[in-house]
Amino acid sequence: MAVVVSLGGGCAGTDAAGERELVVFAAASLTDAFTALGRAYAAAPGAAGAEVEIVAAGSSSLREQILAGAPADVFAPADAATMDQVVAAGMASDPRPFAANRLEIAVPAGNPGGVDEIGDLDDPELLVGLCAEEVPCGSLARQALDRAGVAAAVDTNEADVRALRTRIEAGELDAGIVYRSDVLAAGEAVEGIDLPAGANVVATYPIAALTSAPNPAGAAAFVAFVRSRQGERILAGFGFERP
Amino acid sequence: MTGRRRPSRGGERREPWLLLGLAGLALAYVAVPLLALLQRAPWRDLGALVRRPVVIDALALSLTTALAATAACLLVGVPLAWVLARSRLPGRSLARALVTLPMVLPPVVGGAALLLAFGRRGLLGGPVYEATGLLLPFSAWGVVAANAFVALPFLVLTVEAGLRAGDQRLEEAAATLGASRWTVFRRITLAQAAPSILAGGVLCWARALGEFGATVTFAGNLQGRTQTMPLAVFLAMESDREAAIALSLVLIAVSLAVLVPLRDRWLPG
Repeated sequence: MAVVVSLGGGCAGTDAAGERELVVFAAASLTDAFTALGRAYAAAPGAAGAEVEIVAAGSSSLREQILAGAPADVFAPADAATMDQVVAAGMASDPRPFAANRLEIAVPAGNPGGVDEIGDLDDPELLVGLCAEEVPCGSLARQALDRAGVAAAVDTNEADVRALRTRIEAGELDAGIVYRSDVLAAGEAVEGIDLPAGANVVATYPIAALTSAPNPAGAAAFVAFVRSRQGERILAGFGFERP
Repeated sequence: MTGRRRPSRGGERREPWLLLGLAGLALAYVAVPLLALLQRAPWRDLGALVRRPVVIDALALSLTTALAATAACLLVGVPLAWVLARSRLPGRSLARALVTLPMVLPPVVGGAALLLAFGRRGLLGGPVYEATGLLLPFSAWGVVAANAFVALPFLVLTVEAGLRAGDQRLEEAAATLGASRWTVFRRITLAQAAPSILAGGVLCWARALGEFGATVTFAGNLQGRTQTMPLAVFLAMESDREAAIALSLVLIAVSLAVLVPLRDRWLPG
């Protein structure tokens, strides 16, 4: 389920390669934004030649990999709870919020199910998908439904938000609750419907260098870059807001 | 005494060390990870963990869908194996390669291909949905369909090998004695192939029971409807590794409970 994107660098092939290689574990919803961030970071003057590898998957799956000793440098999950577990295990310290992401209802282009608002998701005739409650987008979506007082007629709980988005893009589902950044990234294939102000839940993404990072200097530099003015601008382009 | 005069008999009893060593290596390679699972298993909480509704739902769904998929595979897979082994129709090697493909294909890709064929906007699924409102994905039938897709080759290849090993002279003799082709197939061919049909059926069932990728891609994931044991284990891995291990143990125990007696009773060796 993980997506791995390697950026910049090329084959350095020497000892320097070990120092320049930077492995970033990022929430599935950050895939596109972090691919762009990684590319911009590798191109920045201070980090010339850095090889950034973005490993994107469900936040909790990444957390399990980190706790099992995966050689990552930076962790950026989709919620504080997931990060807190990594911090509690002594694997990361000083996490900082760097982006926020609203939830939206996503429907396939043309809205074949005729969904107008969150209250429509209780219709058993509609094919409705959520993220599994084990991952942040799933627990946030359930919070939003609770706040709106809607018992959604769910047909599938997807393992991560990318899987859910893909199903909506393909028209296999009539509606699902995803992040605003996913609706933006899907372009023409998906239409977004705002959640009512009282029901919306905002995901806040923390980022931290990992204490066992094979490349601690690179990890710190990348975290600083993500939180810089330039990083913020790149994130905004993908639908993320300031935390 | 006989042992001395017939060294070949004695040789059968004393296995070569090299073979024993390599066989032991193979066995250990499978056994060690399983032992590691057992060692990490939350034995104290096991009873409570496996009595959770989510586990009972997943186990019931896994057992029934794997059984249904095996029945479907037997119905069409045995005739296909017969065609591959016995008929002189052209394109048999192509057909054999085709039926082997689901073994090679990553199951997730198999699931995506099933969606393109039988999904709501799929090649066949689209028109059927428009006409009848029936849909395979997000239903238990979708799980059966995904299971059957990945498990069919295990049945077909095993039965085909069994049919090829059978003695065709018996069939010819029956035919000369006036038996119809259908009678020959039922009374001679099927009877001869029975052990391989059983072995293939068991392999097919076991593969269906453990199926994950095609199921999650094609059928989705909903407790009580499409969440089989492997899907429940995968999601538990994300939140509670001990629960995931407990679920895996249930799956292993159920498979062993079926496979061990079956092997002793029906399969040679």
